[in-house]
Parts: sequence; structure tokens; C-alpha cells
Amino acid sequence: MAPPAHRRTGTNKKAQMGLFAGYVVAGLGALFGVALLTISLLRPETFNGLRAMAADVASPAGEAGAAGRTGSQSFFEAIAGYYRAGSRNAQLEREVEIARIRLAEAEALRQENARLKAVLGLDFGDTEPVAVARLIGSTSSSMRRIGYISAGRSAGVTPGMPVVSPTGLVGRVLETGARSSRVLLLTDSESMVPVRRATDNTVAFAEGRSDGSLRLRLVNLGINPIKPGDVFVTSGAGGLFRPNIAVAVAREITRDGAIAQLLSNPAATDVVVVEPIWQRPAVEALASTPASTAEGEVPEG
Amino acid sequence: METLHPKARRDPFGSKINRTHSPILAYGLPWLSIMLGSLTPWLPVIAPAPVLPPLGFMMLLAWRLLRPGLLPLWAGLPLGLFDDLYSGQPLGSGVLLFSLTLIAIELLEIRFPWRTFWLDWLTAAAILIVYLPVAAVISGAGAGIVQLRVIVPQLVLSVVLFPVVARIVAQLDRLRLMRVRRIS
Repeated sequence: MAPPAHRRTGTNKKAQMGLFAGYVVAGLGALFGVALLTISLLRPETFNGLRAMAADVASPAGEAGAAGRTGSQSFFEAIAGYYRAGSRNAQLEREVEIARIRLAEAEALRQENARLKAVLGLDFGDTEPVAVARLIGSTSSSMRRIGYISAGRSAGVTPGMPVVSPTGLVGRVLETGARSSRVLLLTDSESMVPVRRATDNTVAFAEGRSDGSLRLRLVNLGINPIKPGDVFVTSGAGGLFRPNIAVAVAREITRDGAIAQLLSNPAATDVVVVEPIWQRPAVEALASTPASTAEGEVPEG
Repeated sequence: METLHPKARRDPFGSKINRTHSPILAYGLPWLSIMLGSLTPWLPVIAPAPVLPPLGFMMLLAWRLLRPGLLPLWAGLPLGLFDDLYSGQPLGSGVLLFSLTLIAIELLEIRFPWRTFWLDWLTAAAILIVYLPVAAVISGAGAGIVQLRVIVPQLVLSVVLFPVVARIVAQLDRLRLMRVRRIS
């Protein structure tokens, strides 16, 4: 379609000025964008309030959608059940998968028990969940992997809390609104979780790669002991995540670790549990030390 | 006396008698539909990797290419800001990229005043090919081989889906011009 005639200004001075003003305003808009971008890259926490407010406004619709997602899934599964036994098979497979993860976690627990038997008087206590929430949505087209959950400050959620699904760790709370929170998913490139192999004490860091997989980097370099299929669980280092939450399973070996597949695929996750920060006093002490990072995930020596 | 056919005074946009366009619908619908496109993160699709096309941005492109002059040149500022609130990008990236896109199309239009759909698609594809990698770089996720590999499927999907988005916008454009306001 041809551009409208009013933009061919001719000798009309007023129209010329109007067109010029349009360019100036658009250019100023772009400059404003540069300024905002600089601020938000240098100080990412500046606009938290604004985003949290926006998320609160949109979250009821997202929640309805999330309910619809699970509702429609079960609805179609019920219909499919009449036509093919395959759906039943898929369900069983899912259960077996969860059982396998549970087994790995139990094995990790047994290991942990044996390791901690010697340490007397150390009481971990039970981790009482802070809130149970729905995973509403996630960034869809941006490189950053950030999810939204349907629980916020009013439910007692604070930034830094781990978000866990039945199949493993999902991420940690980044910003909280009144009724919704933004969650840094494990696959985000800013996410880094201290992990260990479920069967022994091979410690590593799991970094997000923004493509749905994690990169495991061994802390102790040397001979790489990881084999494909090894399950990794949180080690508890850093104090943010409690130990022995399933994280990932190694897929291919690299020079300094492995590429690992996420165990709790957020796409298949509906309900998540927000857990308290495991060692809150330690994390807060770290965060208040000016030399340390704000994330509170300083590797222990 | 012969009577007129009952549809004689109607056209696809409704009755031509006693009805006129609603300014709210005619000028509000483009903004509303672009903002709805920006709300894709609230769709019940949770992606472990960036796979969905940037629908808000594509809606903006489609409206701008279909109806030059309908969106003001400064529309990138508010629409980009809204997109930033939900997209997960650092705040300001949408403001910058949306504004630059509108200016770029404006300049392109001076060069090619009359365009066909194929040229529109080519324009949109070229802009998307620049937009997605730049957005990935300024998202702070780091730019490497891995990130590049992630973008390519998204890029192909966006370019292929553009005609569909343009079609949706064309339908919305018909809705936009419906005569719904009653003149008393």
C-alpha cells in the first residue's frame, strides 16, 4: 500500500515541521531506549518494581491459561485413552521416569547420610515449603529464560528462594510481586547451581546454556570422571539450595565437564513448590559482605 | 413500487446508512493487538529454549507494513516499553529496537513508496534477521556458537510465520474499519 498523501509535504511549512518533529520524537525514543538499556544492564535490579507490577496485572489471565493447559491435557488424554492404549503407556513411562529420579535421589540421600553420620549435632530439620504455586508461563522469544509463578510476596516468597518441581529443581526466585514472581530458570545463562554427582562427591557447577541444556563444569579439574547418564543433584554449597535436589543428567562429555539434560523440564511442569533459602543466615551474611557477589553463590573452598 | 434488495446499502464493513467507523476501534485495535502479541510469555507454553517468534514485534511489523501512517513514528517507545515488561529482555531493549525499526521502515518507504506483499515479506524477513541476533546480544545472555544455534530455528520460524501474522493483521484491519458507531 502506498504511504498516505499527508506525508508528501510539498512546500507546506507546517507539514514539513510536523514530519520533522516525528523523526525527532522517534529518534529521542530510540535514545531513551539506549539510556534505559544501559541502566538495566548496569543495574539489573532498578526496574524490578515496574516489572513485578506488570506481572501482577497479567498473572490472573496466565493462571487461568495454566489451569486450562492441565485441564485440556487431561481432557484430551481421556479421549485418547479410548482410542489408543498409548497414552496409558506414556503415563506409565512418566511414572517410571519419576521413580528413576527418586531412586537417584534416594541413593544420593544414602550417600549424604553416610557422609554426615560423623558430623554430630547438625540438624537440618525438615524443609517446610513456603508456597505451592503454578508455573504460569515463561519468556518465549527472548534469549533470557525467565518463568512466572503464581505466588508472590503475599505468600511469603522472597528473592533467592529455590523453586522445585516433583522431578527436580526448576530455578530460583528472581523478583517478587504481590501475587506473582519471576523465576530464573536453570537454563538461563545467568543461572549457576553448585551440584555434585549423586553417587559420589564429584562437585561441579551447572550453568544454563539458554537452549534447554546445562553445562557442567567440574570444580576439580583433572581426569574427567563423568560418564553419560550420571545424575547430578544440588550439593548445598552456597547455602541457597538444600542438598540432594535432582538437577540434571549428563548427556555428552566435554573437556572440563559435561553437557547435561535438565531433569525437570519446565514445559512438563505444572505445580511447583517454593522452598525457603536453605541457609538463610549464611546467605545473608555473604550478601552483606561488600566483596562478595549479590547472588550469594560463592563456591566454597 | 419496487423495493431495494435488503443488502443493497451494505458493504463488507456494515451498513452504509446511519453507521460510521468508531475512532476507538479504528485507532485502538492496532495498539491493542500488538500489545496482545507482546503478552506471549503468559501463554501456557513454557519453553526451555527460545523457540516462539517475537509475536509482538511481528504484529508491529505487519501493521506498519500494511497500513503506513496508522502508527505514529514514536509508537516504538510505548509499545517497546510494554514488550520489555514481559519479554524478559533488559528494560530498554524493546524501546530501542522498536523505535529503530519504525524509523528504518519509514526511510525504506521513501525509497520504495509502492510495495507488494513479497517486498513486505522481504522487508520483514530482513528486519527479523537483524532484530533477533541483536536482541540476543543485548539480552546479556552472551553471544556464542550455542546462542547462535538456538536463534536459527526461531529465526526460520519467524520468517515463515510472517505471512500468517500479516493475514491475521489483515483480518483485524477489516474488523477495525467496521461501521459500528450509530449516528443519531
